[in-house]
Amino acid sequence: MTTTDAPRRGTPAASIVRWVRGGGLTTFVLALPMIIGFTVFGWWPITRGVILAFQRTNLITTQWVGLDNFHRVFSDPLLWQALQNTALYALIAIVIGFPIPLLAAATISEMRGRTRQLGSILAFLPVVVPPVVAILLWRRFYAPDETGLINTLLGKVGLGPVGWLIDPRWSMLALVVAGIWAGAGSTIIIYLAAMVTIDRELYDAAEVDGGGIARKVWHIMLPQLRGTLLVMLLLQIIGVFQVFTEPYLLTGGGPENRTLMLLMLVFRRFQAGDYGVASALSLLLAGVLALLSWVYLRVTRRWAS
Amino acid sequence: MSAPVNGTTGRAAGAARPPRRRRGGGEAEERTLISANDLRHPGTRASVLSWKALFLAILVLVGLYPLFWLVVAATSTSQDTLRDPLGLWGQGFHPGNLVDAWNKVQINLYTANTFIIAIGTTFFMLLVTLTAAYVLAILRPRYAAFLDAAIMATLFIPGIISLVPLYLTIIDLEIIDTWWAVWLPGAVSAFNVLIVKQYLQTIPAELFEAAKIDGTGPIRVLWHIVLPLARPIMGVVALLTFIASWRDFLWPLLALPSPAKRPLSVALSLAERSTDLSLAMAAMLIATIIPIVLFLVFQRQFLSGVSATGSVKG
Repeated sequence: MTTTDAPRRGTPAASIVRWVRGGGLTTFVLALPMIIGFTVFGWWPITRGVILAFQRTNLITTQWVGLDNFHRVFSDPLLWQALQNTALYALIAIVIGFPIPLLAAATISEMRGRTRQLGSILAFLPVVVPPVVAILLWRRFYAPDETGLINTLLGKVGLGPVGWLIDPRWSMLALVVAGIWAGAGSTIIIYLAAMVTIDRELYDAAEVDGGGIARKVWHIMLPQLRGTLLVMLLLQIIGVFQVFTEPYLLTGGGPENRTLMLLMLVFRRFQAGDYGVASALSLLLAGVLALLSWVYLRVTRRWAS
Repeated sequence: MSAPVNGTTGRAAGAARPPRRRRGGGEAEERTLISANDLRHPGTRASVLSWKALFLAILVLVGLYPLFWLVVAATSTSQDTLRDPLGLWGQGFHPGNLVDAWNKVQINLYTANTFIIAIGTTFFMLLVTLTAAYVLAILRPRYAAFLDAAIMATLFIPGIISLVPLYLTIIDLEIIDTWWAVWLPGAVSAFNVLIVKQYLQTIPAELFEAAKIDGTGPIRVLWHIVLPLARPIMGVVALLTFIASWRDFLWPLLALPSPAKRPLSVALSLAERSTDLSLAMAAMLIATIIPIVLFLVFQRQFLSGVSATGSVKG
């Protein structure tokens, strides 16, 4: 490659020289951080996650075990418990957590100037609190006796005390509320940004046709936001199925495994050094979520066109 | 912030959208869902106004009160906080809790660790993201389409699948329990590459052609043309990354097993039960101050960055 003088056209050396002189090498060097980064910390772990699901390893010796890890995943009675819990968590989180940000964003978007800015800041503030701090704070609020903030409030009106995190009837709801508190702010900001892009003339036109506020919400705002709403619903579903930190630190999966979630089960198997089973369960969960996104994207594309 | 960040809003419904967008000024003539016409009706006006007032009250209660409670608990005695959670400094104001937490519960060490993690992650993220976006959006070598597809595909693969193998990878690379174990995986973000790439694509191509004719090399173009133009978007992704690594819990718990390297999130979760309540609350307040201050100072960047999440992930 040192024959830079006059390599004959068409030879491999010539094309390499031309590539280097044309900036090809510099481009490649600039692409290297991305190539190395996404290979080592992106695609390799994903690939290895799939491989590990069919192996048993103790980090020293590794052997292929076929579908054995999957058999063990499905024969674990805790799997069904965790699946049920996660589905219940997802259901409550979506039923409560989907409309709240929408209502909040619609209200903030009707505000002007400083009030609007204040509204956005207040709505987003919980999102900025580090999750571990938020969770430890909620653990104080949920304390089962009169030392807990919520039970103190309930006591003032003659109710409680409720063992929010230790009573199986309430623990799931308590988790969902803490989760929504921590997460709703981002969704509100996203809806707000989408609401700003709605063409005002559509509202004017609806008004000329005699439409009141409710009709404008139903016939203009919601249809105009459809794309964003569907995307956020999908993201919320994917997010709640991977819930980990809240149950891990708030309830530890208790009481009686009532708040044990799928990701916590992965984590338990992982901590036990059972990497194969942990990977098999991760793979199943990831597969279901990826399938969900795919179906969802197909359906929404059809609706949108 | 200019247009590229909010450039696409919800892929599905985005097609027939007017380019018109609200700018900072001109709030007075802004019309939204509820018009002046609707408000002329006295009943509507009263209910709209009272709902807004009630809503603001709820926002203050939900968004601000928990933080205010944390401030009170962090500067009160433990007995006060336990005996009357609704009270305000019954046995007096004890700001010394913060100093005690800083020195006695080693919050100084954990705060320093958190800074090391967040700054390092942000630095490497900027390096990878800027070069990647430059190559993919502007230099576009022949293999760019392949890299583009490979990187964007990772956006659709749920992160959970990588947890175990990523842990085994940092063991294999022998970087477990070093800062590299949190810096490098955190630096790789397909989402950030995507939004910076979209931003760079809006730079007029003539600018680069002119530079090429002048014989300016790709690295000089990156440094003198792309970087200054990309500063706003780089600021947004830097902020989001800094905060994300400040918040991170599970990965540093796994990747940095030695107690001396723990960030605040991990240290707090492990120490909370064994530490005196007032000190734990003070430590939690310290861990919250930095992100809150960053948010209040850079509100606009934050909010535009978050809105980009909604539009891009569509």
